[in-house]
Amino acid sequence: MGHISLNQITKTFGNVQVIPPLDLEIRDGEFIVFVGPSGCGKSTLLRLIAGLEDVTSGEIQIDGRQATEVPPAKRGLAMVFQSYALYPHMSVRKNIAFPLKMAGMEKSEIDKRVEGAARVLNLTDYLDRRPGQLSGGQRQRVAIGRAIVREPAAFLFDEPLSNLDAALRVNMRLEISELHNNLETTMIYVTHDQVEAMTMADRIVVLQAGVIEQVGTPLELYSQPRNIFVAGFIGSPKMNFIEGDAVGHSEAAKIGIRPEHLNLSTSEGEWAGTVNVSEHLGSDTFLHVQTEKLGTLTARADGEFPVRHGDKVFLTPQEDKIHRFGADGLSI
Amino acid sequence: MATAHSRSAARIMISPAVILLLGWMLIPLSMTLYFSFLRYNLLMPGTHDWAGFLNYRFFLTDPAFFAALKNTLILVGGVLAITIVGGVLLAILLDQPMWGQGIVRILVIAPFFVMPTVGALVWKNMFMNPVNGLFASLAKGIGMQPFDFLGEAPLASIILMVAWQWLPFATLILLTALQSLDSDQLEAAEMDGAGPLSRFFHIMLPHLARAITVVVLIQTIFLLSVFAEILVTTNGGPGYATTNITYLVYAQSLLQFDVGGGSAGGIVAVILANIVAIFLMRMIGKNLDI
Ligand SMILES: Nc1ncnc2c1ncn2[C@@H]1O[C@H](COP(=O)(O)OP(=O)(O)OP(=O)(O)O)[C@@H](O)[C@H]1O
Ligand SMILES: [Mg+2]
Repeated sequence: MGHISLNQITKTFGNVQVIPPLDLEIRDGEFIVFVGPSGCGKSTLLRLIAGLEDVTSGEIQIDGRQATEVPPAKRGLAMVFQSYALYPHMSVRKNIAFPLKMAGMEKSEIDKRVEGAARVLNLTDYLDRRPGQLSGGQRQRVAIGRAIVREPAAFLFDEPLSNLDAALRVNMRLEISELHNNLETTMIYVTHDQVEAMTMADRIVVLQAGVIEQVGTPLELYSQPRNIFVAGFIGSPKMNFIEGDAVGHSEAAKIGIRPEHLNLSTSEGEWAGTVNVSEHLGSDTFLHVQTEKLGTLTARADGEFPVRHGDKVFLTPQEDKIHRFGADGLSI
Repeated sequence: MATAHSRSAARIMISPAVILLLGWMLIPLSMTLYFSFLRYNLLMPGTHDWAGFLNYRFFLTDPAFFAALKNTLILVGGVLAITIVGGVLLAILLDQPMWGQGIVRILVIAPFFVMPTVGALVWKNMFMNPVNGLFASLAKGIGMQPFDFLGEAPLASIILMVAWQWLPFATLILLTALQSLDSDQLEAAEMDGAGPLSRFFHIMLPHLARAITVVVLIQTIFLLSVFAEILVTTNGGPGYATTNITYLVYAQSLLQFDVGGGSAGGIVAVILANIVAIFLMRMIGKNLDI
């Protein structure tokens, strides 16, 4: 079980309202990701759910039960911190066993669960080391181990991978997704990396200044962003926005076109421009094109596209992939 | 940087300081050692006969020596216990956000700035005096017999005074250590179901272990040589009830004018201090490189 619902919760620090009234329904077994720019209140929201901060108003229900006043330990949630928050003076084994010991579990049962978690997380060889003697990725796994032995109703992750290098991040991303597939427990995951959000999430919650801009599956957010903010935030490289005359016949204040939906040609096309920077990755090519009327546009070509700085190229938007936004920023 | 050249240069540069410190320590030590083997009494000027180990025999078989040794250990142990337990509790208290925190912190630190002689006299005359003291009038106020602290429980009273002096030091070191504790760890423990007491014993106390070791080490060094508080309050009495090794050495050489005996006592004190130091170093060696 792990159904969490937030009803009109708010959070105020001093006289700054960080979270305006907010509703959210998190389904049982779902992998939900909070994304948003730095300082938008992702961590605060997670800590409210965890009970590490008190809500200013509103209520939190976990599995249909009132949890607003329940202390963190009694909510049945486990949290993985960005800094890992391992206990430095305890061995890995003791770290993982700590929540079970606090729950007063029997020694033999604790040992069984710790061994089990260590096997799942490939930590068996490290059980007697101190956290200080582990690599970043191993520490992260210990933190996850400490969370899974409790068999919580839901896992809360606060940017768990941001201290790892790129290659390890990809690995751990897969491991966490796999863990979710095996455990089928609700997971709430905070990140500001939209690649993590897109690849891991069942549903994504896009936040800005404490306000939920949109909730949906990754592909919903990608293909039908509700407003300009979501359109610009989801997708990499960013969507190109065009306003003014070029919007032309489409009756919108602003149109947006993703780099992968611009067809490239060296001979003919709708918009002409010169290549500013070209990034050749082998699998794709990103071109930053300086156009005459529309400013700089980013375009993506599959595979290799042999142009260099200063070359002339033509861009043609795929008509059915153009996003149209009204003057209020909402999609039309 | 650590080339052979730079290392020998470093050695030359540092040698004056090392030689000065060595001389500073070695000359008094060897003179004390020398005196301790002489029959050297200020009441008999001119006689500096060789005495062999006589001075040591007298000092070590003197019943006052064992009393002093016991008192020294009780004094050091008692003050350490009070300052560490009290220091940890005060540090936790001062770490809480509360009204008037700045003033409270200054008040807690203040005793450290009071000279030992002054502090001891204030305690003796203003608090513990059985006729005029505050404690006496408090006792009278609630209808009890005033307690003669320095007469009835002299060593405990001295321990109280010295602990009062050193409590701020312990509190200060422990407070800074406490503030360096990652709040994530406490929150993680909270989520793991640890109550306030479990958090204290499983997270805070292990985190404070190093700081506590440092406090124990530094305080022991100073507490082995407590002197002023004893001199101005009890003069080592009644009997030998508050005489520690330092005070005994003083009494031997300057009250009984026996320089030879005093020197022997001094050497014994140095040996004892070194034994304590070895124990402490062992303990710290275990604790300091986690
Ligand atoms: N204890 C606090 N007291 C006052 N303001 C706070 C406190 N904690 C957070 N804030 C404010 O609340 C806002 C949201 O903070 P939060 O930590 O939730 O951001 P975030 O989305 O997690 O950002 P990041 O991606 O950088 O971690 C910030 O503007 C921050 O300054
Ligand atoms: Mg954050």
